[in-house]
Amino acid sequence: MDNEPLIEIRNLTLRYHGQVILDDVSLTVRRGDFYAIIGPNGAGKTTLIKAVLGLVPIDSGEILLFSEPAGPKGRARIGYVPQYQAFDFQFPITVHEMVLTGRLGRKIHPFSRYGLHDFEAANKALSRISAVSLSKKQISDLSGGERQRALIARALAGEPEVLILDEPTVFVDTPTEEQFYELLSSLSREVTILMITHDIGVVSKHVNRVACLNRKLYQHESDQLTPEMISMAYGCPVDLITHGDVPHRVFARHGNEP
Amino acid sequence: MIEAFGYEFFRSALLAGLLASVVCGIIGSYIVVKHMISVAGGVSHAAFGGIGLGYLLGLDPLTGAFFFTLGVSVAIWGLMERAREHIDTLIGAFWAGGMAFGILCISLTHGYTSDLFSYLFGDILLVPPEHLILISLLGIFVIIIVTLFYPALQAVAFDQEYATISGLPTRGLNLLVLILIAVAVVVLIQVVGTILVIALLTLPAAIARHFSKTLSGLMIKSTIISMIITTIGIFLSWIFDIPSGSMIILFGVCVYLVVTAGKEMFNHRVLSGREQ
Repeated sequence: MDNEPLIEIRNLTLRYHGQVILDDVSLTVRRGDFYAIIGPNGAGKTTLIKAVLGLVPIDSGEILLFSEPAGPKGRARIGYVPQYQAFDFQFPITVHEMVLTGRLGRKIHPFSRYGLHDFEAANKALSRISAVSLSKKQISDLSGGERQRALIARALAGEPEVLILDEPTVFVDTPTEEQFYELLSSLSREVTILMITHDIGVVSKHVNRVACLNRKLYQHESDQLTPEMISMAYGCPVDLITHGDVPHRVFARHGNEP
Repeated sequence: MIEAFGYEFFRSALLAGLLASVVCGIIGSYIVVKHMISVAGGVSHAAFGGIGLGYLLGLDPLTGAFFFTLGVSVAIWGLMERAREHIDTLIGAFWAGGMAFGILCISLTHGYTSDLFSYLFGDILLVPPEHLILISLLGIFVIIIVTLFYPALQAVAFDQEYATISGLPTRGLNLLVLILIAVAVVVLIQVVGTILVIALLTLPAAIARHFSKTLSGLMIKSTIISMIITTIGIFLSWIFDIPSGSMIILFGVCVYLVVTAGKEMFNHRVLSGREQ
């Protein structure tokens, strides 16, 4: 079913050590969306995603995955691409092995072994992001962009219906950034994508829905990014983003502009 | 040197060293990649409490250590799952508390506490046949468990958060790892003693890490390196008539330093060669 809601967040409030991190946040991600949530550092973006994934407890509100209360069954249908600074990339594991761990969500027992189907899914995921040649490399030998792609392959190996990406471009160098978004854009034709980023510049022509988060979530009814949303989320008017190569489709033309 | 093979106890010592190496290669690799060295240090030192308790109750000290160490592992796991932030302090408390409890028990024990020194610092040349059987059984247990749970253990060590989202019982798997550490500690006490166990758990894996691309490869290479180190250590111990624990560890530390320095120099030369 098209347009079916896959992730629904309703009036979510979350406190940590008494401090409000997320305040009455509501958000719906539908099948086919390429949804970007932008916001400054410390806005609660990662916390929001961790709440969806069940990694942090919520204080009030509810989260539905695939129209059911969030649980392990729903989470198995989500592919998560975490921020990779948190990783120990010295860990002795090859890209292929790491991508295979993305299959574990499909297993029932902790002592399951990988079967033929798992190897096929891992290979398919690697070829989907054009990284088959990296397969035998140890992850410590990868560049920043390659690591990011390998983490996406791990998420894809679980054959998810939604891909959640946390700051995917932090370590992708500028020349390959556009290429990276082309990749995400082509993935978005097959899988729904929810991406968070602190970088407004990257909310490019590829995404079709956008919201700003800074404790509260600011959305434009047309799902377009407006200067008002940004200034609310960032607490000040953001001038620089109106310059440069911001696609017109994201910014609505104001009626009084020439 | 060859005449040493003529002695039953020497052959037992070599066999014990090889068997212990399997445990230490597998569990040590896991400890090193999952950054659990301080946890393993806490468990292994706390084991001394079990040795003391064994003396006090008139049990085999190693049996005392086995049950006591299991208890400590479960306690550390329970506290780790609840209070994440001060785990270092907790480990320190178990580390010193276990040893202090052992000393208390021993001072309350009437009569002669034989072999105390060998439990502290290890003397593999004194390994009794029943311990050889115990080490073998525990070694087989470790191999079966790690083989059975390998994909899950690998996933939890690499990225616990992702493993949790995937629906793996990460808490249970962490408990399993702590139990395996307790088992490994008991196996290794005979070889190097409670105080030096941590070195034998970490040095072979730290050396093998320079040459390993995968966790399973690291486990196999650590086992082989540990076998070489313990065997040579036992021979050195025989030749110089010094307790095996200290010879094995000192030899292991030397190998580790040489390999690490050699690798640094090699990398440096390769890098500067590229620049030219």
